[in-house]
Amino acid sequence: MYNFEFEKPSSIADAVAALGGDEAQALGGGQTLIPTLKQRLASPTTLVSLSNIPEMQGICTGDDGALCIGGATTHGAVASGAGAYPGLAALAGHIGDPAVRNRGTIGGSLANNDPSACYPAAALASGATLVTNTREIASDDYFVGMFETALEEGEIVTEVRFPIPQASHYEKFVQPASRFALVGVMVAKFADGVRVAITGASEEGVFRWAEAETALSVNFSPDALDGLTLDADNMIGDLHGSKEYRAHLCGVIAKRAVAKAA
Amino acid sequence: MAQVTMTVNGKAASGTVEGRTLLSSFLRETLDLTGTHVGCDTSQCGACVVHVDGVAVKSCTMLAAEADGADVATIEGQAAPDGTLNTIQQAFQDHHGLQCGFCTPGMVMTTAALLKDNPKPSEQEIRVHLEGNICRCTGYHNIIKAIYAASGQDVAALGAD
Repeated sequence: MYNFEFEKPSSIADAVAALGGDEAQALGGGQTLIPTLKQRLASPTTLVSLSNIPEMQGICTGDDGALCIGGATTHGAVASGAGAYPGLAALAGHIGDPAVRNRGTIGGSLANNDPSACYPAAALASGATLVTNTREIASDDYFVGMFETALEEGEIVTEVRFPIPQASHYEKFVQPASRFALVGVMVAKFADGVRVAITGASEEGVFRWAEAETALSVNFSPDALDGLTLDADNMIGDLHGSKEYRAHLCGVIAKRAVAKAA
Repeated sequence: MAQVTMTVNGKAASGTVEGRTLLSSFLRETLDLTGTHVGCDTSQCGACVVHVDGVAVKSCTMLAAEADGADVATIEGQAAPDGTLNTIQQAFQDHHGLQCGFCTPGMVMTTAALLKDNPKPSEQEIRVHLEGNICRCTGYHNIIKAIYAASGQDVAALGAD
């Protein structure tokens, strides 16, 4: 990888200042960014580590009952500390492998918005709010496309606020080599309706399945999804699965997610 | 270039690193601790697993500068100073949990992290925990046996169900 300067600020303000430099980039846990740098697919002049900022660490419950997770909180910490939202804790506990979960962070994953990552499905299905150093962004406005988000240059995800559903489950069908989601479906049942978010499948990144949400809001059971199909046109087609296969898999995995939701 | 200082296997260690220097490179090339192996260099194989502040990480996917001030444990610190193997290492030897041995440093460090959190893991818990450690020789069964034995459980019970 090309060389860069390394900075490790201890406050959000200092991190934002450091990111204001030319070609500076934020470093979360580095579990995607470091491999990317090794392949010379990115060449920042400065990497600004977010790992030493206490105000971006940890999990708490907000006044409105939402689960608030600091942007630099690792997947492992969410898996063990997000017991108030079991569906989210379980999702975090199956990202990558144990060593990856000890470094990778929720803010880093959401900022990267890999089309096969797990956290985008959780944020979108939960109707989470992404808090940055300048504003709050609703998850419905945040995910723009594959590896694209509403974040501006130098903007940091400092916290993510998850409304806690009555029942939820994330079901992942893994691509057998990479262990990323070939298709992953998060269902979340709230008092005012059900949200369904799908990762891994679409060329546009994570998306909500509106027809499934309507059907499940009336009848929260796997049968409610009978006969519902997704258009294969925008699906990812590659050697691991065709567009049609992924479109079909979305329905199958969504049913499994509903069946397991608790 | 920047100076980093960390505790490695209980001893102070320091050196000069570039921003891009990986923790695995610092351990192997600056500190000469070549027991930490680099297999894939893409965070798939787990041969480079070390502990940083008590948790297992893939040292090929962490910058040395990120470990500045940290407490690092590597395979070199596992055996006693006189060379006596620790419980996990001895169990790997007793149960033939290695053939070529390349993955073994990472397997041992991952096992140490597992047993710290879960002293009596089930066979399934062991298999799940090894998701990020690849072995090309053993087919894993003897590694599972070794870890089961290292946790003080009777390997004869493995696979009974």
